Amino acid sequence: MTADAAPTAPPRDPAAKNVMTGSGAILASLEKLGVTDVFGIPGGAIMPFYDELMSSTAIRHILTRHEQGAGHAAEGYAAASGRVGVAIATSGPGATNLVTAIADAYMDSVPLLAITGQVFSTSMGTDAFQEVDIVGITMPITKHSILVKKAEDVPAALAAAYHIASTGRPGPVLVDITKDAQQGQMTFSWPPKLDLPGYRPVTKAHGKQITAAAELILEAQRPVLYVGGGVVRAGAHRELLKLADRTGLPVVTTLMARGAFPDSHPHHLGMPGMHGTVPAVLALQESDLIVALGARFDDRVTGKVAEFAPHAKVVHVDIDPAEIGKIKHADVPIVGDLKDVLPELLDAYEAVAKKAKPDTDEWWVRLDQLKANYPLGYTDDPDDGLLAPQTVIERIGALSGPEAIYAAGVGQHQMWAAQFIKYERPNSWLNSGGAGTMGYSVPAAMGAKVAQPDRLVWAIDGDGCFQMTNQELATCTINDIPIKVAVINNSSLGMVRQWQSLFYDGRHSFTDLNTGHMNATEQTRMVPDFVKLAEAYGALGIRVTKPEEIDPAIKLAIETNDRPVVIDFIVSRDAMVWPMVPQGVGNSQVQYARDLAPTWEEE
Amino acid sequence: MSRHVLSLLVEDKPGLLTRVAGLFARRGFNIESLAVGHSEIEGLSRITVVVDVDELPLEQVTKQLNKLVNVIKIVELDPDASVQREHLLIKVKVEANTRSQILEAVTLFRARVVDVAPDALVVEVTGDSGKVQALLRMLEPYGIKEIAQSGLLAIGRGGKSITERVFKS
Repeated sequence: MTADAAPTAPPRDPAAKNVMTGSGAILASLEKLGVTDVFGIPGGAIMPFYDELMSSTAIRHILTRHEQGAGHAAEGYAAASGRVGVAIATSGPGATNLVTAIADAYMDSVPLLAITGQVFSTSMGTDAFQEVDIVGITMPITKHSILVKKAEDVPAALAAAYHIASTGRPGPVLVDITKDAQQGQMTFSWPPKLDLPGYRPVTKAHGKQITAAAELILEAQRPVLYVGGGVVRAGAHRELLKLADRTGLPVVTTLMARGAFPDSHPHHLGMPGMHGTVPAVLALQESDLIVALGARFDDRVTGKVAEFAPHAKVVHVDIDPAEIGKIKHADVPIVGDLKDVLPELLDAYEAVAKKAKPDTDEWWVRLDQLKANYPLGYTDDPDDGLLAPQTVIERIGALSGPEAIYAAGVGQHQMWAAQFIKYERPNSWLNSGGAGTMGYSVPAAMGAKVAQPDRLVWAIDGDGCFQMTNQELATCTINDIPIKVAVINNSSLGMVRQWQSLFYDGRHSFTDLNTGHMNATEQTRMVPDFVKLAEAYGALGIRVTKPEEIDPAIKLAIETNDRPVVIDFIVSRDAMVWPMVPQGVGNSQVQYARDLAPTWEEE
Repeated sequence: MSRHVLSLLVEDKPGLLTRVAGLFARRGFNIESLAVGHSEIEGLSRITVVVDVDELPLEQVTKQLNKLVNVIKIVELDPDASVQREHLLIKVKVEANTRSQILEAVTLFRARVVDVAPDALVVEVTGDSGKVQALLRMLEPYGIKEIAQSGLLAIGRGGKSITERVFKS
């Protein structure tokens, strides 16, 4: 040993400050990705990460009361803001409780990052305590999933998951991280290298196809823009408005696309599908050109596919090539991002429209006549003397306005909320369209309020749905997330009851929930009493049974911001959702009201 | 229904096979055979899959497979423009008076005997489906005790390579 090598401090490793645990790397990665809010519940296999999360100042963690609530909250957060929603759960049952929300996000293309703890990698496969193969379980309902067994793999896995969830067609991505990966040491560096050779979403469309589409639009005599949720996810509503204005085409917006095009616009025919407006349903059915924009020809829109829009050529624009031609043949397939495709389509249209003008006058005469003859409507004084649910929902929309956010559950109230609230902007209407998940509303509204704290956020829920996830009221109260919940309480599983009334000889098999009234005089057992339930959760509970109480209750709810509000609207159980296309028949069989079909133009 | 041979270039990641097989099951597509092995590039595998579907559903199969993040490239191999082979091990019963007939059939089909026992032979054969089926028909009367069969393997004819095409772009 020489004098030169006298004991001194060891040379400083420049990376030393970045040595951390895998858990630290999860937190650091999320912060680097710009995540500011996460929803979740800790448990054994995710505890190392929760220990790190406790000291984060950049990330707000909201402790939900059920993992499904965390999942839907993350979905509502994403749907209201366009950002990636993040849900966290432990292994085993924690992870399986996320499954419904993951499936929901998959069906509705919601950018969701689900992070689950997994048992030690050495215990995997041994049926260890709280072990489930969550990657295997969620394979068919995720856009992608990654199992992380080593601390050093954490940043790349999270960066890849975030990238995949938020680009192309958005969707849920699950990252399952073993406890030893969370506890292991690693050296953190950012950004990690993204190694995804098999993931290249197509965003730039084919110019030739765009010209072909423009020519078809020009030639068509009965064209329709069939707008789907893809327009909302792509943030392409302004581009859509321009295209509709310049081409003069009529527009229909699907359940997932409510708000993508202003309801106040004269070209808007409303929502198509099983409970769509007569003008929207028949516009598609009688059209000679359907321009599908981020829509997927769902069976609830097409009815019996073989009879759907028999004379229509189809231009289909979607970022997911697999959607094109899946249900309906596309004469002009266009794969690309609507945000880019729509302006290109408009340019191409204006280039071809110099030579000739489209001839849609006769078409508009027909559509205007349908609009005049078949507006959406309902009976506002049900025979049983109870409130009309449609009135309640319409008043909530009218008093809250288009800047509010409305998150619905699934069923009759969802359809009425889609029909009778006027939407003027995208991301103002949140619902579970593809999966039809009862229980979505309360947690989704909670997530939306976290993402957009300055907006008024309503959960429009049913008495059935509300009982599936209302435990998140505790989360709302404790975390100061003052959402408003309107329980459209018809004391039954209303949509199923409606089908039983229409298609099962009125045999109401197990659809009575005993949460409200039989009629104005007869009360069933009220179990639970939603007002008492609200109070038990620290929320303001209001019961509304008379028409004159509706507006004051809604106004009180809007003014109350120091706690959540639950309004129990006791409504008629005999109200039905109209119009309706019965399942399994063509859309020409649309009924405006019970046994009342509109005049169908014979070809 | 018609038979299609797809060659998939995939990342060699855990669960990949489950993803591919699960997708077929979930979308209701029939897999006739499936063969997996390493490709010429480290970290990438090649799957040869034979599906029994019509033209339109096949397009769906391909598009859905393409959406799997670990699937890099899918090519349908035309029977005329590709070499397609199956590999079989057949345990056939032998008796003193049938041994020479069986050996003759084996030679005729350019198959090989890879194991000999007093009462059985293991025959190895490689070839297209037609040849393999024909040999099986020949051996059947003697009594086939056991068969182990690989999935179909296929590769395009000529100098072009799928991998080169992928990594050039």
